[in-house]
Amino acid sequence: MNHENPTVEWLGLTFNLSNVLMLFITCLVVFLIAFVSTRRMQLKPTGMQNFMEWIMDFVKGIIKNNMDWKTGGRFHVLGITLLMFVFVANVLGLPFAITWDHKLWWKSPTADPTITLTLAAMVVILTHYYGIKLLGLKEYGSGYLKPMPFLFPLKIIEEFANTLTLGLRLYGNIYAGEVLIGLIASLGAGSIFGFAGALVPALAWQGFSLFIGAIQAFIFVMLSMVYMAHKVNTDH
Amino acid sequence: MFLDTFVLLAADAADPGFLASLNDRLNLGDIIVTLSFFTILMLLLKKFAWGPLMGIMDQRAELIANEIESAEKSRAESQQILEEQRNLLNEARNNAQAIVENARKQGEAQRGEIITAARSEVGRMKEEATLEIASEKDKAVAAVREEFVSLSILAASKVLGKEISEEDNRALIEETIEKAGEGR
Repeated sequence: MNHENPTVEWLGLTFNLSNVLMLFITCLVVFLIAFVSTRRMQLKPTGMQNFMEWIMDFVKGIIKNNMDWKTGGRFHVLGITLLMFVFVANVLGLPFAITWDHKLWWKSPTADPTITLTLAAMVVILTHYYGIKLLGLKEYGSGYLKPMPFLFPLKIIEEFANTLTLGLRLYGNIYAGEVLIGLIASLGAGSIFGFAGALVPALAWQGFSLFIGAIQAFIFVMLSMVYMAHKVNTDH
Repeated sequence: MFLDTFVLLAADAADPGFLASLNDRLNLGDIIVTLSFFTILMLLLKKFAWGPLMGIMDQRAELIANEIESAEKSRAESQQILEEQRNLLNEARNNAQAIVENARKQGEAQRGEIITAARSEVGRMKEEATLEIASEKDKAVAAVREEFVSLSILAASKVLGKEISEEDNRALIEETIEKAGEGR
């Protein structure tokens, strides 16, 4: 698993081309799913439209659990995009990993902490943005003094802790899954006995990883909305 | 890997080459790519999937609301029509009963009338018959009397043997017969 990353420098910035590629593929897959399933829409939904509507209702349910729909409606698209993006990113690394010239090209983009923490930071920064936008600076600031003013330092730490846990939880789960799949795969590639022995664990672990990928996507969206609700709800 | 960066980030915060050293350890490019890809994806989803789907879901919600409303309305309407029909039926039943009652009363009245009319007609006819009989009887008596006068005269003339003028003695004879009639 000690593969190098295909990095390049461009305009003084470091790009991991593998990440760029996988992010692009993730976006492409998500967009194609969403695009294909919303063609020829009917009042009486069929097939893919049902699936897409189910996703929308699912995210709507998550948001409604945390805040009223009047404030939460604006995060609907964000939630849907996060859910589909994270899920697709999680499962992309499942079927195989491609290394080329000792560089790992095909993997789950969410198996990279940079990406998961970027998403987590984006969500947390958005919660601050909407907290200020919807409640005003004063109300937003007083949120740090609730329920007790002396908890203020903890509140500050909490914001960073939220970011870290949100990002690292996703990264840890997916990365661990990829490592284990890699190990099982290398066992299977070793010999004919190894292949026989690795077949069942590989199938089991891939199924489990699919499950984990879905659960982690759900948790990511759920927690994003919980953090968002903490910032935009006055009665919390 | 990342946590190292994080610790170093705190240590190197004052360094002028901070961004460069950060870039050495952290793929700033990846962050930018992630953010921009995610944003673009979100905008595309909003434009191509969320918008239309939300539209059709709203449309469906509206349709369902309309359907429910119209169902409610037609239910109320049918209820009202049912009530009306029931009232009409009751009215018709009452009417029918009244008509039958009327007819019976009228029939009874007519029967009484007819019976009365028949009775009076019979009485009238009886009276007429009685009168006719009486007049016939009178006529018969008169005819018999006339015949009797003629016969008496004929007999008297035969007895007397001579022709007596009917005109002269008629008055006398009639008087006699009248007397005889009274004596009878």
